[in-house]
Amino acid sequence: MLNKLFAPIAVVAAAMFAYAPFLILNAPYESTMGLVQKIFYFHAACGMAMFMAALVSGTASAVFLFGRKPWADRLAVAGAELTVMIGLIVLVTGPLWARKAWGVWWQWDARLTSTLVMWLIFNAYLLLRRYGGPGSDRLAAAVALFGMANVPFVYWSVNVWRTLHPKTSVIPSLVPGMRGPFWFCVVAFLLVSVLILMVRTELEKRREELDALYLAAEE
Amino acid sequence: MRLDFTTLRLIDVSRTFGRRRALNRVSLTVEAGTITALLGHNGAGKSTLLSIAATLLQPSSGRVEYGDRDAAAGAAALRARIGLLGHDLYLYSELTAAENLRFFAKIYSLDAVERRVDAALERAGLAGRRDDIVAGFSRGMRQRLALERALIHEPRLVLLDEPFTGLDEAAREALRVRLRAARAAGAIVVLTTHDTAAIERLTDAAVSLVDGRLAA
Amino acid sequence: MRAFVRAVWIVTRKDLLIETRTREIFFTTVFFALACVLVFAFGFVREGRPVEDAAAGILWIAIAFSGTLALGRAFERERHGETLRALLISPIDRPALYVGKLLGILVLLAAVEALVVPLIALMFQAALFDHTLLMLGLLAAGTLGFAAVGTLFAAMLVRARSRDVMLPVLLYPITVPVIIAGVRGTAALLQPEADEPMARAWLAMLVLFDVVFVTLALWTFEPVMTE
Repeated sequence: MLNKLFAPIAVVAAAMFAYAPFLILNAPYESTMGLVQKIFYFHAACGMAMFMAALVSGTASAVFLFGRKPWADRLAVAGAELTVMIGLIVLVTGPLWARKAWGVWWQWDARLTSTLVMWLIFNAYLLLRRYGGPGSDRLAAAVALFGMANVPFVYWSVNVWRTLHPKTSVIPSLVPGMRGPFWFCVVAFLLVSVLILMVRTELEKRREELDALYLAAEE
Repeated sequence: MRLDFTTLRLIDVSRTFGRRRALNRVSLTVEAGTITALLGHNGAGKSTLLSIAATLLQPSSGRVEYGDRDAAAGAAALRARIGLLGHDLYLYSELTAAENLRFFAKIYSLDAVERRVDAALERAGLAGRRDDIVAGFSRGMRQRLALERALIHEPRLVLLDEPFTGLDEAAREALRVRLRAARAAGAIVVLTTHDTAAIERLTDAAVSLVDGRLAA
Repeated sequence: MRAFVRAVWIVTRKDLLIETRTREIFFTTVFFALACVLVFAFGFVREGRPVEDAAAGILWIAIAFSGTLALGRAFERERHGETLRALLISPIDRPALYVGKLLGILVLLAAVEALVVPLIALMFQAALFDHTLLMLGLLAAGTLGFAAVGTLFAAMLVRARSRDVMLPVLLYPITVPVIIAGVRGTAALLQPEADEPMARAWLAMLVLFDVVFVTLALWTFEPVMTE
């Protein structure tokens, strides 16, 4: 059975998402972008959730590789799937916003590029687990670990690369009235992420129990 | 410090791959100076058992003991005392016979490398072909070279996976002679085969694996 | 320590012996790199003159693509005859095995680059050798970073399914910093007023990348290769 924290967290998260639109609607308008800017509340929150999921997956992968704990592998897979899923939301909402606000679909700045690279790495993780054959759980764990170690390098190098070019967009610094709704959404998405991780690791655990039952039935 | 042991013991060894149980609580003891055959049809778990004995694979449960040592301890020293010959022969086809032997002799940190290489080539009957590239060898020649490569470091535990496959009678007899010599030197020899005729008058014991279990 | 170096040398020497005898991977990689350069040239040359910075980009893409090919082929040799298995069952220290294979790949790639880089300089009228030391530094550090991660992944994938396509899929995202640093560093040197401090900064980043990822690879080689 799922962790007994699941129900309370689910209720809180649901309530937060129900309330979020009101908070967002009442938040101050951004001076240049107007209504369009409000996608930012979900977009940025998803961005933070994505990095958290990637961090979880990378750390769990390291524990699995060096400590061989089975729960670590379950958490690593769950984190990787979450990273890909939420990453997709980030990579779709971002361009939608950018197009309306600044006229370009995509920009090669540090944040966007490292998000894209991270997303690709965890896609590769899932592909490897799916198509790599037996033993690919350990191989994929190495990929996740390397992926995590890689992010600071990508961020730094793209940052330096981009300072040579003029910036055509500036993520607005947060006006006080916006901070409340922003952190509210961040917490809401983090709670949902935790929920998804719980469900997904539980699913993995059930799969392993099913395999064990099959084996026992053959006796 | 040289590690040595005189028995190989598998205790309740199981190995699963997802939903498939390849080995089911296999217990086996093999002594030095014996040749044991592992019989069974394809898919019965023979290769898996051999891989576990060779420390290439971890058992899902149970343990393996080499003398009084557990498999986990002393891994590199243990590997120096094990020789494995798989179906794929483990030879570099771009190198000559002598170069293959020399490479593995160095990997095993043996002394008097050239002398050992010469002796191994003699035993394999390939002294005249020592500087020929392995890619040009026949199956039988490769098999003989591969066997000597696997034995060049005089391992205590000799594991052979289907060594009689694809050999004619003369080659089979040569293999039997070589294995008897290894036994006389005190090795623990375990070989897998599905051909009972090939091992007549060779083995001291035979066990059968059926669906991952030892048959009674 | 001496045993480690000795083990590394035994492995590297064997790889170099095979390669000098057949020269198969060397030739095929060189021609593949040239084919790459040709294809990219058509994409980036306008009115008979290369687009600005094209030479730097094409150089590093050629290195990445042909490097991936060389890695795949080098480990295909260990897969045929399952010799990697024989090495894993030997008492050789696992990290020594990794370093041995890495050095072999590096020598091979260095030989390929020795041919391809001057050719690119020629074909794109790029003054790659005006700052030889820095250029060599960038090539060396970049190739090392790429090969360090590539050797681990290629070894990892030897027994995996779909290994041919999985290697680039895994390798390219992780070596993005190497490509960026290599291209931007080279481009800095190719500018009419070569920006040496910039190139040095990129070189420093590459060296840091190398240190971090070689260390990581040495740590993870053993757990990843044992079943």
